[in-house]
Amino acid sequence: MSEIVLEGVTKVFDDGYEAVKDLNLDVADGEFVILVGPSGCGKSTALRMIAGLEDISSGELKIDGEVVNDRSPKDRDIAMVFQNYALYPHMTVRENMGFALSLAKVDKAEIDRKVEEAAEKLDLVQHLDRKPANLSGGQRQRVAMGRAIVRDPKAFLMDEPLSNLDAKLRVQMRTEVARLQSDLGTTMIYVTHDQTEAMTLGDRVAVMRAGILQQVGSPEELYARPRNLFVAGFIGSPAMNFMAAEIIDGKIRLPIGEVDPAHVDGLELPIQGKVVAGIRPENFEDSAIVPDATKAERGVLFEADIDLVESLGSDLYAYFHIESEGVQSDQLADLVGERLAETGAAGRREGHEQIVARLEPTSKVRRHQKAQLWADTAKLHLFDPESGERLGGR
Amino acid sequence: MKVGAREYSLWTIAIALVLIFALVPVLWLLSISLKPASEVADGRIIPSTFSLENYKSLFEGGWSASPFLHPLVNSIAIALITTVIAIVLASFTAYAIARLEFPGKRIILAGALAIAMFPPISTVGPLFDMWRAFGIYDTYLGLIIPYLTFSLPLAVYVLVAFFREIPWDLEQAAQVDGATPWQAFRKVILPLAAPGVFTAAILVFIFCWNDFVYAISLTSSDNSRTVPAALAFFTGESTFTEPTGSIAAAAIVVTIPIIVFVLIFQRRIVSGLTAGAVKG
Repeated sequence: MSEIVLEGVTKVFDDGYEAVKDLNLDVADGEFVILVGPSGCGKSTALRMIAGLEDISSGELKIDGEVVNDRSPKDRDIAMVFQNYALYPHMTVRENMGFALSLAKVDKAEIDRKVEEAAEKLDLVQHLDRKPANLSGGQRQRVAMGRAIVRDPKAFLMDEPLSNLDAKLRVQMRTEVARLQSDLGTTMIYVTHDQTEAMTLGDRVAVMRAGILQQVGSPEELYARPRNLFVAGFIGSPAMNFMAAEIIDGKIRLPIGEVDPAHVDGLELPIQGKVVAGIRPENFEDSAIVPDATKAERGVLFEADIDLVESLGSDLYAYFHIESEGVQSDQLADLVGERLAETGAAGRREGHEQIVARLEPTSKVRRHQKAQLWADTAKLHLFDPESGERLGGR
Repeated sequence: MKVGAREYSLWTIAIALVLIFALVPVLWLLSISLKPASEVADGRIIPSTFSLENYKSLFEGGWSASPFLHPLVNSIAIALITTVIAIVLASFTAYAIARLEFPGKRIILAGALAIAMFPPISTVGPLFDMWRAFGIYDTYLGLIIPYLTFSLPLAVYVLVAFFREIPWDLEQAAQVDGATPWQAFRKVILPLAAPGVFTAAILVFIFCWNDFVYAISLTSSDNSRTVPAALAFFTGESTFTEPTGSIAAAAIVVTIPIIVFVLIFQRRIVSGLTAGAVKG
């Protein structure tokens, strides 16, 4: 167990590509930190630098207070689980899990004891003498984890360990990983591109984009107070809705109506001019369901032409569009590919913004009909359209 | 893949034809080697009388007088030594080429290919002079060096292909597990490259075993003469008899080690040894 500190860690590849830029991150002893971001954001490179598989171009990496930049992976006492598991195919499960210990010249009986202990934790006891080729994907994944925990290392590094599993197994293994980490209490750094994994697993989540750390914080913090457009759009599913807005004469003018800034939580004026407004899908509601008292107190009522309704039983997603000049931002452009696949929010048209609203399942909203909706603007997020930074207060 | 009955029988016929084409000369040789001297030229594939006379003549006189025993031992020793050296050197070279970026990598590969294509006969004259000047003419070393020159490129090419197939992640996993680069190579990479190593070993061994040009040119006595060269020096029972029978017998005998060698290592050459290492 130990603390891992990255100070200004930068990675420049031979071809001049800067994969990680000035990364500062403190991972406390026993903490579970998630590095998350779209593919190519540098999160895996960062992890590999911690493991010692990539050289650090500049900056310092400290494990337990010692600078380890120049130590080879074997001298860092860190275990890593690879995305593709990287099991040794010519060894049995037992040999795979005991390999690190046998290299460390631990005696045979001790290795057997530790391997069996780990196998029990991971439900692999009956597979100990099989070869990886004869195991299922989930079992291989567990062997890869077993190989890491047998060693009792200072820290675990996990490089998208669940991304090769099918959806059902992934959810199952996700809880398994969470349980393991809390049982073992070992420092863990976990890389993923899946924001759901990030939100559900970590004590803290570090969001990266294009090699730059965007924000570090607890999942709740990232969700409630995203520091910029990228984090706002990346965290949460379905993604936050964005619309162009303007602040004139002390009023926020949204395409769906006017809002008094005093009613927005945590907003400190003065802000003037054009802004980007963000509202999460769950902050919309069918007006018929919202109590009149609440409607009188805050929020915006508006009418929308519903394009599509998806009923999931527990929730009801209503898709509609609003007239808007469109939100242009590099940060959001990075997200488009990521999120389109996830939310199916296709069909962007010029001059329209597609909006997703998560409504109560009892809502009577129907496809191709006009609906009276209410937006809880107390949860409104405002961003600078140029820099993408969060505006207004804390 | 499903093979239709028609396709299946066509393949069977084709394979049978190739087998017959390849094996008839061997059978013919076997038949000649089993005939007594008087019947060698009778043209029958099945000898009318079986005799082991030819085989006996090979080993007659024991270690000191047999024309065959010395060359046989030479052949085995030279081929084995060359194979071991070539495989060790080639696996290091191939590993470096497959895994590392270093200047001159392309030149090494291109050079290896060029050497492999070089006609051996053109080097025989210079080598003959040089070896005599160096005093390694008619020694094991004198044959092993040229054999290495020609078998190394072959072995390197085969091994590079195999090493490239091994996922790099495995090696990194080993490093994270606490292995030194040498341990990672020996305990993870080499066992996985075993099919490649054995393939290369067989090819090198056969190349050395079959060589005639160097064997006849760079040797002058039983000190280092190998079997292919020694066969050319076989004599008949008298000046006027052809040594056909004993040459045939010797040819059969020298085929046996190759068959044994291939059979032993063939079991190791199973593809899919890396199955299960990484999720595709």
